[in-house]
Parts: sequence; structure tokens; C-alpha cells
Amino acid sequence: MTNLLKQIYYVAWGDMKFLRHNILNIVVMSIMSPILYLIAFGFGLRTGTTDIGVSYVSFVIPGIVALSSLNSSFSSTSARMNVQRLYYKSFDEMMMCPLSLHAIVWGKCMLGLIRGLFGCFLLYALGLALGYAGVTEGALQLTPMLVICTVLSCIVFSFLGMAAALIAKSHQSMATFNSLVILPMTFLCGTFFSVSALNPVFQAILYCFPLTYSSEIIRAAALPDYLDFPWLCLLVLILWGAAFYALDYWLLKTRKV
Amino acid sequence: MSDIIVIEDLVKRFDDKTAIDHLDLRIHEGELFGFLGPNGAGKTTTVRCVATLTNFDSGRIVVDGFDLKAEPVEAKKRMGVIQQQVSLDKDLTIRENMISHAMYHMMGKREREAKIEELSEFFGLGEYLDKPVDKLSGGWKKRAAIVCAMLHEPRVLFLDEPTSGLDINARRLLWDVVRRLHAAGTTVILTTHYIEEAEALCDRVGIIDHGRIIALDTPQNLCEGVGSVAVEWHGGDQTRYRYFRSREEANEFAASLEDEGSVTIRRTNLEDVFVELTGKSVGGSA
Repeated sequence: MTNLLKQIYYVAWGDMKFLRHNILNIVVMSIMSPILYLIAFGFGLRTGTTDIGVSYVSFVIPGIVALSSLNSSFSSTSARMNVQRLYYKSFDEMMMCPLSLHAIVWGKCMLGLIRGLFGCFLLYALGLALGYAGVTEGALQLTPMLVICTVLSCIVFSFLGMAAALIAKSHQSMATFNSLVILPMTFLCGTFFSVSALNPVFQAILYCFPLTYSSEIIRAAALPDYLDFPWLCLLVLILWGAAFYALDYWLLKTRKV
Repeated sequence: MSDIIVIEDLVKRFDDKTAIDHLDLRIHEGELFGFLGPNGAGKTTTVRCVATLTNFDSGRIVVDGFDLKAEPVEAKKRMGVIQQQVSLDKDLTIRENMISHAMYHMMGKREREAKIEELSEFFGLGEYLDKPVDKLSGGWKKRAAIVCAMLHEPRVLFLDEPTSGLDINARRLLWDVVRRLHAAGTTVILTTHYIEEAEALCDRVGIIDHGRIIALDTPQNLCEGVGSVAVEWHGGDQTRYRYFRSREEANEFAASLEDEGSVTIRRTNLEDVFVELTGKSVGGSA
């Protein structure tokens, strides 16, 4: 176990250096789009109270946190790995070294996890500050379950980012994946509205995507006085994470990369 | 002399193309072995199979006594690979790339710092260590890649087309580096399509074409096998060649070509061997 943790740290070390070299750029990128979403959808588009009894801003902030975990974790992991694998070829160097494949999967997802958490907590801190300042009614809470759900969400989408980067044969195919999978998830999976408000057919479709589960558990964990925690959604998201992890491992193991 | 690399009946197919076709090869410990062949002949694919970067369809590869499929981790510990394209992480400095490599091989902090210091000095990289990768010329990047591959003291070093794209000075410098590594006892396996490189460096050369080894011996024996003296002349609309055991035989034949254009008598080289064996030039495609 100690050896595995050491290997994970060694695999992630280069990415952490990359993070340090580009910290300003990464801070700006991590918070820019969530804040734009918050302004546009939270303050600009709608106001008033939702059917669960909180203001729309309080409702939408956990959704944007879930969205941010998807965007930051997925894009950080996939973009860096894509470049390392297809252009720098430095990913090959790592594959030639005597490292456990489990360590490679976890280690390469650390960048996505850290960037995702960074963006999510910055945005959530803003949400809490709005409550303290009296802009919202202060319904949002920072609970241990919220931390667990956000970490889980970032891990799941980092694993997805790794799978996409391992399968992609070019930057173009990454862009296609973003347009066809990530972008629809961003807007549709319960981030800006409650999935339960849709008709059953749309609900069934949206429950095929992991971000829907992520939105539900993060929102419930952030608003514990207003929503029951959906344990089944937590379990399904864990299963999504296990499936993406297994896919990453299989892609590395069979060298189908 | 024991065999440090054993390849038996190796087959690798890409869709309907057979890249490596039942290849058998044994590389002796401490030798400088050259894979010579045209582009697409199977040199790089063979190296990628041994380096575990590409799965092979059938056959067996043993590195320093460890079967690649059964004990890949042990086999990987014994190998260093320098790929055709410099594969350093361009978002990091040279030193960070080296530390990263050392970490991948589970080297502790003190050990890796000492080794980076030692090898950087050996390869004259000291002043470039804290520079970003892209600030270095191609030759220096190759040197940095070699240092990365050597940090864990591999017993076998693969160099895939190491001088491809380098100018003549950088190429000569890299030849010196390869000779020094070989002199230090490292088994070096080099793929190249430069005839002079194989002739200048290698103890033994395997000529590969269509994924098969078609000749395997020392450069001198391969040339003598064809005939150590070559006569080259322009006959009809193409350049023609004939090979002879001695210069006297070659002179006699050249004299009989007095009606032809210019006639050259020279020592046979590996390109002649390749052309004789395959009917095409090394610089072309398989």
C-alpha cells in the first residue's frame, strides 16, 4: 500500500510541477466560467424561490459546483494527457517504467482532482459569502458530505478525462467528444434546473449521464435542511467512477492507446 | 557471451499488415547492435514491442532473463529507451524531466540527485538543467533524453533512430556519446537507416526488411559475404553494381567496361549488402 501511494505521488509529481508553473493561468481558468454561469443563470436569468423553498441562486450554486467538477477535472486530466501522449510522447516514457498501472491511473488523475476541487471550493466559498452578506438567504451549508461528494465527483470526471485522452487519436477527436458528451451534460444534467421537473422520458435520458447524479448529491449535501440525501445517486456515481477506472486500467493494460 | 535480449518467433500485425514476421534475434550482453533497414521495415515496431509500448501477437521476448509478458516490471527495470522523437515533457525543465524519470524508477531523493549530477556532467548538460526543454537544440534534447533513460542504470539501452533530424555535428557528438556508453559496459541497441552510422558504431548489424531479419553479422562479414570490393558504373539508363572478392578481380572487370561511362571501384558498404539482399535502397520505404 505504501509503495502504491509512493508510486501515485511519483506519477503525479510532474503534473504538480506543471500546476505550479501555471498557477495564475489555472486560477483564472478554474473560476472564470463558473462565475460567468453564476452571473448569467443565477442572477441574470432567474430570481425568486424554487419549489424546494430556497432562492434560485442557492439552488443553482451546488449545480454549478457539480458542473465545475466536471469541466475542471475532465479538461485538466484529458488536455494534459492528450498532449503528453500524442505530442510530447512523454506518456510513453512513463509506460516504459516499472510502475503499477493502478498508480498510473490514480497519479494521472491527481491534476484533475486538485484543479476540480480548487474551482469547486472557490465557487462554493463565494456562495457561502453571498449568504453571509445577505445577498441570498444563507441556505447553503458546508457539510462533510458536501466535501465527500465534491471529491468523488472530481475523481469520477478525472477518470472519464483519462479514458477520453487515452482513446482520442487527435486534438480533433477530443474536441468532438467535448461537443457531443461534455457540453450537453453541462447544461442538461440537473445543473441549472431540477431533473424531476422534466417529463419521464427526458428524466430517463438524463439519468444515463453521471453529472445528473453528481448534481443531485452535491445539491442535497449543500442544502441538507431542504433536501433528503439521495444515497442511491451516490452509489450510482461510485459505480460510474468504478466503470471509468476499469476502462482506464483496461486501456493501459491492453496498450490500446 | 550470454544473451541479454532473446526474441523468439515474434509476430506483430497491424490490421492486415504484418509489421514483424516471425522474427528471431539474440543480442549478446555488452554488444553494440544495430538494426538497419528502410522506413517501415519493422525496426521501431520491434523496439516498441521490447520496450512494452506495443503488445505483440505471438512469440516471446526475454530481457536479461525476465520474460516480458510474465515479469514486465523486472524487465522494465533493466531497460532504457530513447525514442525516435524526443519524448521529454516540454512543460517542465530538463531537471524536472530527469527527476520525474528517476521517480518513475523509484529512486530516492539522494540517489537521484547524485545520479543527475553525475550524468549531466558526463554529457555536458550542467548549464542547461534548469532551462525549459524547448530552449535546447535538437542535439542537446537528445542528450537530455539519454540522461533520463540512463538514470536508473539500465543494462540495455535502446536508441531508436537517435540521430534522425540532427545536423552532422550533433550526429558526430551523439556517436561519441554512444561509444562512451558502450565502453562503460552498457548493451546498446540502435535502430538506424544511416549506413555510415551502423558501420561506424555497431559490433553486429541485423538487416531487417518486411519485418524479418534477412542478414545478421558484423558489418565486415556482411560486406565480405557480398564481395569486399564493389564496381559501380553507369550502364544503359541506370547505375549498376558488381561485387568481387579482391581488388584484382574488380580491376580486371572494370577494364572490360571501357565502352561504358565512368566506373568507380570502392570498398563494399552495408548499403550494397542491403541492395543485393532486397533489391532496393535503405533510404527508401519497405
